[in-house]
Amino acid sequence: MGKTFAEKALARAAGLSEVSPGEIVDAYPDLYMSHMASWRCIRTMEKLGTDKLYDVDRIAMVMDHISPAQTAKTADDQRMCREFAQKKGIKKFYDVNAGIAHIVLSEAGHIRPGMVIIGTDSHTTIYGSLGALGTGVGFSELTAAWATGKLWMKVPLSVKVVIEGPLARGVSSKDVMLKLIGDLTADGATYCSVEFHGSYTEGLSISDRMTLCNLAMELGAKNGFVRPDEVTRSYLTGRGVKPGDYSEIHPDADAAYAKTVTIDGRRLTPQIACPHAVDNVKPIEQVAGTKVNQVFIGSCANAKWEDLVEAAAILKGHKIASGVRLLVSPASKEIVERTVRDGTYSIFLEAGALITNPGCSACAGDGGVMADGEVTLSTANRNFQGRMGSYQAEIYLGSPAVAAATAIRGVITDPREFMERK
Amino acid sequence: MTEKIGGKLIKFGDNVNTDVIIPGRYLVSIDPQELAKHAFEPLGPEVQKRLWVSQVVVGGKNFGCGSAREQAASCLIGAGIKAVLAKSFSRVFFRNCINTGLPAVECPEAAEVAADGGEIRIDLAQGRVDVQGKKFSFASYPESLKQILDAGGLIPYLAKYVLPQQEASKR
Ligand code: SF4
Repeated sequence: MGKTFAEKALARAAGLSEVSPGEIVDAYPDLYMSHMASWRCIRTMEKLGTDKLYDVDRIAMVMDHISPAQTAKTADDQRMCREFAQKKGIKKFYDVNAGIAHIVLSEAGHIRPGMVIIGTDSHTTIYGSLGALGTGVGFSELTAAWATGKLWMKVPLSVKVVIEGPLARGVSSKDVMLKLIGDLTADGATYCSVEFHGSYTEGLSISDRMTLCNLAMELGAKNGFVRPDEVTRSYLTGRGVKPGDYSEIHPDADAAYAKTVTIDGRRLTPQIACPHAVDNVKPIEQVAGTKVNQVFIGSCANAKWEDLVEAAAILKGHKIASGVRLLVSPASKEIVERTVRDGTYSIFLEAGALITNPGCSACAGDGGVMADGEVTLSTANRNFQGRMGSYQAEIYLGSPAVAAATAIRGVITDPREFMERK
Repeated sequence: MTEKIGGKLIKFGDNVNTDVIIPGRYLVSIDPQELAKHAFEPLGPEVQKRLWVSQVVVGGKNFGCGSAREQAASCLIGAGIKAVLAKSFSRVFFRNCINTGLPAVECPEAAEVAADGGEIRIDLAQGRVDVQGKKFSFASYPESLKQILDAGGLIPYLAKYVLPQQEASKR
Protein backbone atom coordinates (compact mmCIF):
# COMPACT_ATOMS: atom_id res chain seq x y z
CA MET A 1 0.00 0.00 0.00
CA GLY A 2 1.31 3.44 -0.92
CA LYS A 3 1.66 6.38 1.41
CA THR A 4 -0.04 9.77 1.51
CA PHE A 5 1.83 13.05 1.67
CA ALA A 6 1.32 13.47 5.41
CA GLU A 7 2.47 9.93 6.18
CA LYS A 8 5.69 10.49 4.27
CA ALA A 9 6.33 13.98 5.62
CA LEU A 10 5.82 12.93 9.25
CA ALA A 11 7.92 9.78 8.83
CA ARG A 12 10.76 11.95 7.59
CA ALA A 13 10.40 14.49 10.40
CA ALA A 14 10.30 11.69 12.98
CA GLY A 15 13.28 9.87 11.46
CA LEU A 16 11.24 6.71 10.86
CA SER A 17 11.10 4.60 7.72
CA GLU A 18 7.32 4.65 7.69
CA VAL A 19 4.35 5.64 9.83
CA SER A 20 0.62 4.93 9.71
CA PRO A 21 -2.48 6.94 10.63
CA GLY A 22 -3.25 7.04 14.35
CA GLU A 23 0.37 6.55 15.37
CA ILE A 24 1.80 9.17 17.73
CA VAL A 25 5.34 10.13 16.81
CA ASP A 26 7.95 12.55 18.08
CA ALA A 27 8.48 14.80 15.09
CA TYR A 28 11.29 17.31 14.66
CA PRO A 29 9.70 20.22 12.76
CA ASP A 30 11.91 22.14 10.31
CA LEU A 31 10.47 25.53 11.21
CA TYR A 32 8.62 26.99 14.20
CA MET A 33 6.57 30.06 13.40
CA SER A 34 5.23 32.32 16.09
CA HIS A 35 3.50 35.66 15.60
CA MET A 36 2.76 38.35 18.14
CA ALA A 37 2.23 35.46 20.58
CA SER A 38 6.00 34.94 20.69
CA TRP A 39 6.12 36.81 24.00
CA ARG A 40 4.01 34.05 25.52
CA CYS A 41 6.64 31.55 24.37
CA ILE A 42 9.39 33.68 25.91
CA ARG A 43 7.51 33.78 29.22
CA THR A 44 6.93 30.03 28.99
CA MET A 45 10.67 29.47 28.47
CA GLU A 46 11.23 31.33 31.73
CA LYS A 47 8.73 29.05 33.42
CA LEU A 48 10.57 26.05 31.99
CA GLY A 49 13.70 27.37 33.61
CA THR A 50 15.90 27.11 30.54
CA ASP A 51 17.17 29.56 28.00
CA LYS A 52 18.80 27.08 25.64
CA LEU A 53 17.24 26.86 22.21
CA TYR A 54 17.36 23.63 20.21
CA ASP A 55 18.06 25.33 16.88
CA VAL A 56 17.81 29.07 16.60
CA ASP A 57 17.67 28.91 12.80
CA ARG A 58 14.38 27.04 12.89
CA ILE A 59 12.69 29.86 14.77
CA ALA A 60 10.71 32.39 12.77
CA MET A 61 8.97 35.32 14.44
CA VAL A 62 6.67 37.77 12.73
CA MET A 63 5.02 40.61 14.60
CA ASP A 64 1.60 40.32 12.98
CA HIS A 65 -1.90 40.17 14.54
CA ILE A 66 -1.45 43.54 16.25
CA SER A 67 0.73 45.87 14.23
CA PRO A 68 1.71 48.49 15.05
CA ALA A 69 1.15 48.28 18.81
CA GLN A 70 -2.02 49.93 20.09
CA THR A 71 -1.39 49.85 23.82
CA ALA A 72 1.63 50.18 26.06
CA LYS A 73 1.18 46.51 27.02
CA THR A 74 1.40 45.35 23.38
CA ALA A 75 4.35 47.64 22.75
CA ASP A 76 6.07 46.06 25.71
CA ASP A 77 5.30 42.53 24.46
CA GLN A 78 6.70 43.40 21.07
CA ARG A 79 9.80 44.90 22.61
CA MET A 80 10.28 41.67 24.54
CA CYS A 81 10.20 39.71 21.26
CA ARG A 82 12.52 42.12 19.48
CA GLU A 83 15.09 42.01 22.28
CA PHE A 84 14.86 38.24 22.58
CA ALA A 85 15.38 37.83 18.83
CA GLN A 86 18.40 40.06 18.96
CA LYS A 87 19.92 38.45 22.00
CA LYS A 88 19.45 34.94 20.65
CA GLY A 89 20.46 35.76 17.09
CA ILE A 90 17.11 34.84 15.53
CA LYS A 91 17.62 35.78 11.90
CA LYS A 92 14.08 35.07 10.74
CA PHE A 93 12.62 37.93 12.76
CA TYR A 94 10.17 40.23 10.98
CA ASP A 95 8.89 43.34 12.67
CA VAL A 96 5.52 45.16 12.58
CA ASN A 97 6.18 46.54 9.10
CA ALA A 98 6.40 43.14 7.37
CA GLY A 99 2.82 41.86 7.12
CA ILE A 100 1.06 38.57 7.83
CA ALA A 101 3.46 35.83 8.94
CA HIS A 102 2.23 33.17 6.52
CA ILE A 103 2.69 35.36 3.48
CA VAL A 104 5.90 37.01 4.70
CA LEU A 105 7.65 33.68 5.39
CA SER A 106 6.57 32.26 2.02
CA GLU A 107 7.84 35.33 0.19
CA ALA A 108 11.13 35.16 2.07
CA GLY A 109 11.80 31.63 0.82
CA HIS A 110 11.60 30.05 4.29
CA ILE A 111 8.80 27.67 3.31
CA ARG A 112 9.97 24.75 1.20
CA PRO A 113 8.49 21.51 -0.12
CA GLY A 114 8.74 18.54 2.23
CA MET A 115 9.19 20.60 5.39
CA VAL A 116 7.16 20.04 8.54
CA ILE A 117 6.24 23.42 10.02
CA ILE A 118 4.41 24.28 13.22
CA GLY A 119 2.96 27.71 13.95
CA THR A 120 1.03 29.40 16.75
CA ASP A 121 -1.76 30.07 14.31
CA SER A 122 -4.41 27.70 13.05
CA HIS A 123 -4.00 28.78 9.42
CA THR A 124 -0.47 27.39 9.38
CA THR A 125 -2.12 24.86 7.04
CA ILE A 126 -1.40 27.42 4.30
CA TYR A 127 2.17 26.11 3.87
CA GLY A 128 0.78 23.16 1.95
CA SER A 129 0.60 25.59 -0.97
CA LEU A 130 4.37 25.13 -1.27
CA GLY A 131 4.31 21.39 -0.65
CA ALA A 132 5.07 21.61 3.09
CA LEU A 133 3.14 20.17 6.03
CA GLY A 134 2.07 23.13 8.13
CA THR A 135 -0.05 22.79 11.24
CA GLY A 136 -1.22 25.02 14.08
CA VAL A 137 -0.20 24.50 17.71
CA GLY A 138 -0.56 26.32 21.02
CA PHE A 139 2.18 28.49 22.45
CA SER A 140 3.27 25.91 25.04
CA GLU A 141 3.86 23.42 22.24
CA LEU A 142 5.82 25.92 20.24
CA THR A 143 7.93 26.65 23.27
CA ALA A 144 8.50 22.92 23.69
CA ALA A 145 9.90 22.84 20.15
CA TRP A 146 12.13 25.85 20.88
CA ALA A 147 13.62 24.02 23.83
CA THR A 148 13.66 20.38 22.73
CA GLY A 149 13.28 20.50 18.94
CA LYS A 150 10.48 17.98 19.00
CA LEU A 151 6.77 17.67 19.48
CA TRP A 152 4.28 14.82 19.69
CA MET A 153 2.20 14.52 16.57
CA LYS A 154 -0.50 12.13 15.55
CA VAL A 155 -0.26 10.77 12.02
CA PRO A 156 -3.51 11.87 10.38
CA LEU A 157 -5.84 10.11 8.01
CA SER A 158 -5.88 11.80 4.61
CA VAL A 159 -8.76 13.16 2.57
CA LYS A 160 -8.43 13.57 -1.17
CA VAL A 161 -10.25 16.53 -2.67
CA VAL A 162 -10.42 16.42 -6.45
CA ILE A 163 -11.23 19.79 -8.01
CA GLU A 164 -12.08 19.83 -11.69
CA GLY A 165 -11.46 23.05 -13.59
CA PRO A 166 -11.21 25.48 -15.15
CA LEU A 167 -13.51 27.50 -12.92
CA ALA A 168 -16.53 29.28 -14.29
CA ARG A 169 -16.24 33.04 -14.82
CA GLY A 170 -16.46 35.17 -11.68
CA VAL A 171 -15.56 32.15 -9.53
CA SER A 172 -12.30 31.79 -7.60
CA SER A 173 -10.42 29.46 -5.28
CA LYS A 174 -12.30 31.09 -2.38
CA ASP A 175 -15.64 30.01 -3.82
CA VAL A 176 -14.33 26.46 -4.28
CA MET A 177 -13.35 26.33 -0.61
CA LEU A 178 -16.56 27.89 0.69
CA LYS A 179 -18.56 25.36 -1.33
CA LEU A 180 -16.43 22.53 0.05
CA ILE A 181 -16.76 23.77 3.65
CA GLY A 182 -20.52 24.20 3.23
CA ASP A 183 -20.84 20.65 1.88
CA LEU A 184 -18.48 18.87 4.28
CA THR A 185 -19.18 21.15 7.29
CA ALA A 186 -16.73 22.70 9.74
CA ASP A 187 -15.58 19.32 11.03
CA GLY A 188 -15.64 17.56 7.67
CA ALA A 189 -11.91 16.83 7.80
CA THR A 190 -11.06 17.13 11.50
CA TYR A 191 -7.55 15.87 12.22
CA CYS A 192 -7.12 14.92 8.55
CA SER A 193 -4.53 15.89 6.01
CA VAL A 194 -6.42 17.40 3.07
CA GLU A 195 -4.73 16.84 -0.29
CA PHE A 196 -5.97 18.87 -3.23
CA HIS A 197 -5.85 17.08 -6.58
CA GLY A 198 -7.62 17.39 -9.92
CA SER A 199 -7.24 19.37 -13.11
CA TYR A 200 -7.89 22.70 -11.37
CA THR A 201 -4.79 22.34 -9.19
CA GLU A 202 -2.41 21.60 -12.04
CA GLY A 203 -0.40 24.68 -12.89
CA LEU A 204 -2.46 26.71 -10.39
CA SER A 205 -0.90 29.91 -9.02
CA ILE A 206 0.71 29.80 -5.58
CA SER A 207 -1.75 32.49 -4.49
CA ASP A 208 -4.74 30.25 -5.24
CA ARG A 209 -2.99 27.28 -3.64
CA MET A 210 -2.58 29.40 -0.53
CA THR A 211 -6.31 30.13 -0.46
CA LEU A 212 -7.10 26.41 -0.76
CA CYS A 213 -4.69 25.30 1.96
CA ASN A 214 -5.51 28.23 4.24
CA LEU A 215 -9.21 27.46 4.24
CA ALA A 216 -8.62 23.73 4.68
CA MET A 217 -8.35 24.73 8.34
CA GLU A 218 -12.04 25.63 8.32
CA LEU A 219 -12.77 21.96 7.58
CA GLY A 220 -10.89 21.13 10.78
CA ALA A 221 -7.87 19.86 8.85
CA LYS A 222 -4.47 19.26 10.40
CA ASN A 223 -2.83 20.44 7.19
CA GLY A 224 -3.52 21.10 3.51
CA PHE A 225 -1.43 20.11 0.51
CA VAL A 226 -1.04 20.78 -3.20
CA ARG A 227 1.61 18.78 -5.06
CA PRO A 228 4.68 20.80 -5.88
CA ASP A 229 5.22 21.27 -9.62
CA GLU A 230 6.87 23.68 -12.06
CA VAL A 231 4.82 26.57 -10.63
CA THR A 232 6.13 25.79 -7.14
CA ARG A 233 9.70 25.46 -8.33
CA SER A 234 9.68 28.69 -10.26
CA TYR A 235 8.05 30.55 -7.34
CA LEU A 236 10.86 29.29 -5.12
CA THR A 237 13.57 30.05 -7.65
CA GLY A 238 12.22 33.58 -7.76
CA ARG A 239 12.75 33.69 -3.99
CA GLY A 240 16.33 32.48 -4.20
CA VAL A 241 15.55 28.86 -3.28
CA LYS A 242 17.08 26.33 -5.67
CA PRO A 243 15.68 22.83 -6.30
CA GLY A 244 18.75 21.39 -4.54
CA ASP A 245 17.73 23.22 -1.34
CA TYR A 246 14.71 21.01 -0.70
CA SER A 247 13.28 17.60 -1.43
CA GLU A 248 9.73 17.33 -2.64
CA ILE A 249 7.37 14.80 -1.16
CA HIS A 250 4.62 13.41 -3.35
CA PRO A 251 1.83 11.04 -2.32
CA ASP A 252 1.88 7.59 -3.93
CA ALA A 253 -0.73 6.85 -6.57
CA ASP A 254 -2.05 3.95 -4.48
CA ALA A 255 -2.07 5.80 -1.14
CA ALA A 256 -5.04 5.13 1.15
CA TYR A 257 -7.52 7.97 1.74
CA ALA A 258 -10.26 8.09 4.36
CA LYS A 259 -12.46 9.62 1.71
CA THR A 260 -12.37 11.21 -1.71
CA VAL A 261 -14.51 14.21 -2.52
CA THR A 262 -14.96 15.65 -6.00
CA ILE A 263 -15.97 19.20 -6.70
CA ASP A 264 -16.80 20.47 -10.17
CA GLY A 265 -15.43 23.99 -10.43
CA ARG A 266 -16.73 24.41 -13.97
CA ARG A 267 -20.29 24.63 -12.68
CA LEU A 268 -19.68 26.57 -9.51
CA THR A 269 -21.18 30.01 -8.76
CA PRO A 270 -19.89 32.56 -6.23
CA GLN A 271 -20.49 31.38 -2.65
CA ILE A 272 -21.02 33.27 0.60
CA ALA A 273 -20.47 32.08 4.18
CA CYS A 274 -23.20 33.65 6.34
CA PRO A 275 -23.01 34.60 10.04
CA HIS A 276 -21.76 33.17 12.41
CA ALA A 277 -20.24 29.98 10.97
CA VAL A 278 -17.91 29.35 8.06
CA ASP A 279 -19.95 26.32 7.01
CA ASN A 280 -23.18 28.31 6.81
CA VAL A 281 -22.64 28.66 3.06
CA LYS A 282 -25.16 29.82 0.48
CA PRO A 283 -24.90 30.49 -3.25
CA ILE A 284 -24.74 34.24 -3.79
CA GLU A 285 -28.24 34.42 -5.31
CA GLN A 286 -29.69 33.68 -1.88
CA VAL A 287 -27.96 36.52 -0.05
CA ALA A 288 -27.51 39.12 -2.79
CA GLY A 289 -29.09 42.41 -1.73
CA THR A 290 -28.07 42.12 1.94
CA LYS A 291 -27.01 45.59 3.11
CA VAL A 292 -23.46 46.02 4.38
CA ASN A 293 -21.74 48.82 6.32
CA GLN A 294 -18.21 47.70 5.66
CA VAL A 295 -16.23 45.65 3.17
CA PHE A 296 -12.89 44.21 4.24
CA ILE A 297 -10.38 42.98 1.70
CA GLY A 298 -7.67 41.42 3.80
CA SER A 299 -6.25 38.38 5.62
CA CYS A 300 -3.88 35.57 4.78
CA ALA A 301 -6.70 33.91 2.82
CA ASN A 302 -7.34 36.71 0.35
CA ALA A 303 -5.11 39.80 0.47
CA LYS A 304 -2.32 38.59 -1.76
CA TRP A 305 -1.32 40.57 -4.80
CA GLU A 306 -3.46 38.43 -7.10
CA ASP A 307 -6.51 38.95 -4.85
CA LEU A 308 -6.05 42.72 -4.81
CA VAL A 309 -5.71 42.79 -8.59
CA GLU A 310 -8.90 40.72 -8.90
CA ALA A 311 -10.81 43.19 -6.72
CA ALA A 312 -9.28 46.22 -8.43
CA ALA A 313 -10.34 44.94 -11.87
CA ILE A 314 -13.94 45.29 -10.75
CA LEU A 315 -13.50 48.53 -8.78
CA LYS A 316 -11.71 50.33 -11.60
CA GLY A 317 -13.69 53.38 -12.70
CA HIS A 318 -16.22 52.99 -9.87
CA LYS A 319 -16.75 54.66 -6.52
CA ILE A 320 -17.81 52.73 -3.46
CA ALA A 321 -21.40 53.22 -2.30
CA SER A 322 -21.95 56.19 -0.03
CA GLY A 323 -22.00 55.33 3.65
CA VAL A 324 -19.98 52.15 3.07
CA ARG A 325 -16.41 51.74 4.30
CA LEU A 326 -13.99 49.76 2.16
CA LEU A 327 -10.98 48.60 4.13
CA VAL A 328 -8.05 47.13 2.23
CA SER A 329 -5.20 45.51 4.16
CA PRO A 330 -2.55 44.04 1.88
CA ALA A 331 -1.01 40.85 3.26
CA SER A 332 2.61 41.99 3.12
CA LYS A 333 4.94 44.88 2.56
CA GLU A 334 6.07 43.34 -0.72
CA ILE A 335 2.47 43.28 -1.91
CA VAL A 336 2.03 46.95 -1.00
CA GLU A 337 5.10 47.81 -3.07
CA ARG A 338 3.85 45.80 -6.01
CA THR A 339 0.39 47.39 -5.98
CA VAL A 340 1.94 50.83 -5.77
CA ARG A 341 4.12 50.09 -8.78
CA ASP A 342 1.42 48.60 -10.98
CA GLY A 343 -1.31 51.13 -10.19
CA THR A 344 -3.59 48.80 -8.21
CA TYR A 345 -3.06 50.94 -5.12
CA SER A 346 -4.40 54.03 -6.91
CA ILE A 347 -7.48 52.20 -8.13
CA PHE A 348 -8.41 51.46 -4.52
CA LEU A 349 -7.73 55.03 -3.43
CA GLU A 350 -9.76 56.49 -6.28
CA ALA A 351 -12.66 54.18 -5.51
CA GLY A 352 -12.73 55.54 -1.96
CA ALA A 353 -10.97 52.75 -0.05
CA LEU A 354 -9.05 53.13 3.17
CA ILE A 355 -5.78 51.24 2.73
CA THR A 356 -4.12 50.15 5.95
CA ASN A 357 -0.61 48.97 6.69
CA PRO A 358 0.06 45.32 5.83
CA GLY A 359 -0.95 42.82 8.51
CA CYS A 360 -3.86 40.88 9.93
CA SER A 361 -5.79 44.10 10.51
CA ALA A 362 -9.57 43.65 10.85
CA CYS A 363 -9.28 39.86 10.53
CA ALA A 364 -7.75 39.83 13.99
CA GLY A 365 -10.04 42.61 15.21
CA ASP A 366 -7.00 44.89 15.02
CA GLY A 367 -8.82 47.98 13.78
CA GLY A 368 -11.79 47.98 11.42
CA VAL A 369 -14.18 46.78 14.10
CA MET A 370 -17.95 47.10 13.90
CA ALA A 371 -20.63 48.73 16.06
CA ASP A 372 -23.77 46.90 17.22
CA GLY A 373 -25.97 45.82 14.35
CA GLU A 374 -23.39 46.45 11.63
CA VAL A 375 -22.54 44.08 8.80
CA THR A 376 -19.21 43.40 7.07
CA LEU A 377 -18.54 41.47 3.90
CA SER A 378 -15.02 40.15 4.38
CA THR A 379 -12.53 38.19 2.28
CA ALA A 380 -11.07 36.61 5.42
CA ASN A 381 -11.52 33.03 6.57
CA ARG A 382 -13.65 33.38 9.72
CA ASN A 383 -16.98 34.98 10.51
CA PHE A 384 -17.30 34.04 14.17
CA GLN A 385 -19.43 36.20 16.43
CA GLY A 386 -17.44 39.07 17.91
CA ARG A 387 -14.36 38.54 15.77
CA MET A 388 -14.63 42.09 14.38
CA GLY A 389 -15.89 44.23 17.23
CA SER A 390 -19.43 44.04 18.59
CA TYR A 391 -20.90 40.65 19.51
CA GLN A 392 -24.05 42.01 17.85
CA ALA A 393 -22.40 42.53 14.46
CA GLU A 394 -22.40 40.16 11.51
CA ILE A 395 -19.70 38.96 9.12
CA TYR A 396 -20.27 37.46 5.68
CA LEU A 397 -17.35 35.86 3.84
CA GLY A 398 -16.76 35.95 0.10
CA SER A 399 -14.14 36.25 -2.64
CA PRO A 400 -12.22 39.44 -3.49
CA ALA A 401 -14.43 39.88 -6.57
CA VAL A 402 -17.59 39.65 -4.46
CA ALA A 403 -16.06 42.14 -2.01
CA ALA A 404 -15.36 44.67 -4.76
CA ALA A 405 -18.82 44.36 -6.31
CA THR A 406 -20.40 44.64 -2.86
CA ALA A 407 -18.42 47.78 -2.01
CA ILE A 408 -19.71 49.47 -5.18
CA ARG A 409 -23.37 48.68 -4.54
CA GLY A 410 -23.43 48.69 -0.74
CA VAL A 411 -25.30 45.40 -0.76
CA ILE A 412 -23.96 41.88 -1.32
CA THR A 413 -23.54 41.71 -5.08
CA ASP A 414 -22.70 39.03 -7.62
CA PRO A 415 -19.42 40.13 -9.27
CA ARG A 416 -20.52 38.68 -12.59
CA GLU A 417 -22.83 41.66 -12.97
CA PHE A 418 -19.77 43.82 -13.40
CA MET A 419 -17.92 41.38 -15.57
CA GLU A 420 -20.72 41.02 -18.07
CA ARG A 421 -21.00 44.72 -18.62
CA LYS A 422 -17.36 45.01 -19.64
CA MET B 1 -4.49 10.00 36.27
CA THR B 2 -6.09 8.02 39.05
CA GLU B 3 -8.47 10.71 40.20
CA LYS B 4 -12.12 10.74 39.33
CA ILE B 5 -13.36 14.08 38.13
CA GLY B 6 -16.85 15.30 38.42
CA GLY B 7 -19.47 17.73 39.48
CA LYS B 8 -21.95 20.03 37.86
CA LEU B 9 -21.91 20.24 34.09
CA ILE B 10 -22.65 23.04 31.67
CA LYS B 11 -23.75 21.95 28.22
CA PHE B 12 -23.16 23.57 24.84
CA GLY B 13 -24.16 22.70 21.28
CA ASP B 14 -22.15 21.84 18.17
CA ASN B 15 -19.26 23.85 16.71
CA VAL B 16 -18.58 26.09 19.70
CA ASN B 17 -15.63 28.13 18.42
CA THR B 18 -12.64 29.61 20.21
CA ASP B 19 -13.74 33.20 19.56
CA VAL B 20 -16.80 32.42 21.66
CA ILE B 21 -14.82 30.59 24.34
CA ILE B 22 -12.33 33.44 24.71
CA PRO B 23 -12.61 36.49 22.41
CA GLY B 24 -9.40 37.56 20.68
CA ARG B 25 -9.36 40.93 22.43
CA TYR B 26 -8.47 39.25 25.74
CA LEU B 27 -5.50 37.28 24.46
CA VAL B 28 -3.16 39.97 25.75
CA SER B 29 -3.28 37.98 28.97
CA ILE B 30 -2.08 34.44 29.67
CA ASP B 31 -3.29 34.37 33.26
CA PRO B 32 -6.01 31.69 33.53
CA GLN B 33 -7.86 33.54 36.32
CA GLU B 34 -7.90 36.80 34.40
CA LEU B 35 -8.97 35.03 31.19
CA ALA B 36 -11.73 33.16 33.02
CA LYS B 37 -13.54 36.46 33.62
CA HIS B 38 -14.12 36.72 29.87
CA ALA B 39 -14.72 33.07 29.02
CA PHE B 40 -17.90 32.71 26.94
CA GLU B 41 -18.52 36.45 27.13
CA PRO B 42 -20.22 36.59 23.69
CA LEU B 43 -22.93 34.28 25.07
CA GLY B 44 -23.81 36.72 27.85
CA PRO B 45 -23.47 36.96 31.66
CA GLU B 46 -26.01 34.21 32.43
CA VAL B 47 -23.93 31.60 30.65
CA GLN B 48 -20.77 32.94 32.29
CA LYS B 49 -22.26 32.66 35.76
CA ARG B 50 -23.25 29.07 35.11
CA LEU B 51 -19.74 28.32 33.82
CA TRP B 52 -18.15 29.57 37.01
CA VAL B 53 -20.22 27.24 39.19
CA SER B 54 -19.65 24.21 36.94
CA GLN B 55 -16.82 21.68 37.03
CA VAL B 56 -17.27 20.02 33.65
CA VAL B 57 -17.94 21.53 30.23
CA VAL B 58 -19.92 19.33 27.86
CA GLY B 59 -19.87 20.15 24.17
CA GLY B 60 -21.37 18.80 20.97
CA LYS B 61 -19.51 18.12 17.75
CA ASN B 62 -16.29 19.93 16.85
CA PHE B 63 -15.94 21.66 20.20
CA GLY B 64 -13.25 24.37 20.21
CA CYS B 65 -13.04 24.86 16.47
CA GLY B 66 -11.29 27.94 15.16
CA SER B 67 -8.06 29.50 16.26
CA ALA B 68 -4.99 27.90 17.80
CA ARG B 69 -5.26 30.06 20.94
CA GLU B 70 -4.18 28.03 23.92
CA GLN B 71 -6.14 30.39 26.16
CA ALA B 72 -9.35 28.65 25.02
CA ALA B 73 -8.23 25.77 27.23
CA SER B 74 -6.52 27.73 30.00
CA CYS B 75 -9.46 30.13 30.51
CA LEU B 76 -11.59 27.09 31.38
CA ILE B 77 -9.00 25.96 33.90
CA GLY B 78 -9.13 29.46 35.38
CA ALA B 79 -12.91 29.15 35.66
CA GLY B 80 -12.51 26.02 37.75
CA ILE B 81 -13.33 23.52 35.00
CA LYS B 82 -11.78 20.09 35.65
CA ALA B 83 -12.58 18.36 32.34
CA VAL B 84 -14.20 18.88 28.97
CA LEU B 85 -16.30 16.16 27.44
CA ALA B 86 -17.65 16.43 23.89
CA LYS B 87 -19.00 14.47 20.95
CA SER B 88 -15.81 15.48 19.13
CA PHE B 89 -13.09 18.10 19.40
CA SER B 90 -11.28 20.32 16.95
CA ARG B 91 -7.68 19.21 16.58
CA VAL B 92 -5.86 22.20 18.06
CA PHE B 93 -8.27 22.60 20.96
CA PHE B 94 -7.79 18.95 21.91
CA ARG B 95 -4.01 19.40 21.84
CA ASN B 96 -4.23 22.59 23.85
CA CYS B 97 -6.29 20.83 26.52
CA ILE B 98 -3.80 17.99 26.92
CA ASN B 99 -0.87 20.37 26.85
CA THR B 100 -2.33 22.64 29.51
CA GLY B 101 -3.28 19.65 31.66
CA LEU B 102 -7.05 19.80 31.12
CA PRO B 103 -8.50 16.34 30.42
CA ALA B 104 -10.51 16.33 27.17
CA VAL B 105 -12.74 13.31 26.74
CA GLU B 106 -14.41 12.30 23.53
CA CYS B 107 -17.60 10.37 24.28
CA PRO B 108 -20.51 11.15 21.92
CA GLU B 109 -23.07 9.02 23.77
CA ALA B 110 -22.43 10.69 27.13
CA ALA B 111 -22.44 14.15 25.56
CA GLU B 112 -25.79 13.36 23.98
CA VAL B 113 -27.61 12.39 27.18
CA ALA B 114 -25.93 14.89 29.50
CA ALA B 115 -28.45 17.43 30.79
CA ASP B 116 -27.41 21.04 31.33
CA GLY B 117 -26.91 21.69 35.03
CA GLY B 118 -26.83 17.95 35.86
CA GLU B 119 -24.12 15.91 37.54
CA ILE B 120 -21.36 14.02 35.76
CA ARG B 121 -18.48 11.77 36.92
CA ILE B 122 -15.51 10.93 34.74
CA ASP B 123 -13.06 8.18 35.62
CA LEU B 124 -10.03 8.80 33.44
CA ALA B 125 -8.09 5.73 34.45
CA GLN B 126 -10.98 3.37 33.74
CA GLY B 127 -12.30 5.29 30.76
CA ARG B 128 -15.81 5.61 32.22
CA VAL B 129 -18.42 8.34 32.38
CA ASP B 130 -21.42 8.40 34.73
CA VAL B 131 -24.17 10.77 33.72
CA GLN B 132 -27.99 10.82 34.00
CA GLY B 133 -27.84 7.49 35.76
CA LYS B 134 -26.18 5.87 32.77
CA LYS B 135 -22.63 4.58 32.27
CA PHE B 136 -20.54 5.02 29.16
CA SER B 137 -16.99 4.14 28.25
CA PHE B 138 -14.39 5.92 26.18
CA ALA B 139 -10.99 5.01 24.75
CA SER B 140 -8.26 5.83 27.23
CA TYR B 141 -5.32 8.01 26.29
CA PRO B 142 -2.15 6.65 24.73
CA GLU B 143 0.66 6.36 27.30
CA SER B 144 2.54 9.42 26.03
CA LEU B 145 -0.46 11.70 26.48
CA LYS B 146 -1.23 10.22 29.87
CA GLN B 147 2.20 11.24 31.10
CA ILE B 148 1.68 14.82 29.94
CA LEU B 149 -1.72 15.05 31.64
CA ASP B 150 -0.35 13.47 34.81
CA ALA B 151 2.41 16.03 34.98
CA GLY B 152 -0.17 18.81 34.67
CA GLY B 153 0.58 19.76 31.07
CA LEU B 154 3.36 19.84 28.51
CA ILE B 155 5.53 22.50 30.15
CA PRO B 156 5.65 20.88 33.62
CA TYR B 157 6.16 17.54 31.85
CA LEU B 158 9.17 18.86 29.95
CA ALA B 159 10.60 20.51 33.04
CA LYS B 160 10.25 17.30 35.02
CA TYR B 161 11.26 14.62 32.53
CA VAL B 162 12.62 15.82 29.20
CA LEU B 163 14.94 18.70 29.97
CA PRO B 164 16.83 16.95 32.81
CA GLN B 165 17.43 14.04 30.40
CA GLN B 166 18.70 16.38 27.72
CA GLU B 167 21.07 17.91 30.24
CA ALA B 168 22.24 14.49 31.40
CA SER B 169 22.93 13.27 27.87
CA LYS B 170 25.02 16.35 27.15
CA ARG B 171 27.32 15.61 30.05
S1 SF4 C 1 -4.90 37.28 8.69
FE1 SF4 C 1 -6.47 36.52 10.07
S2 SF4 C 1 -6.49 34.32 9.77
FE2 SF4 C 1 -4.59 35.08 8.87
S3 SF4 C 1 -3.06 34.89 10.49
FE3 SF4 C 1 -3.92 36.94 10.65
S4 SF4 C 1 -5.61 36.81 12.12
FE4 SF4 C 1 -5.08 34.71 11.47
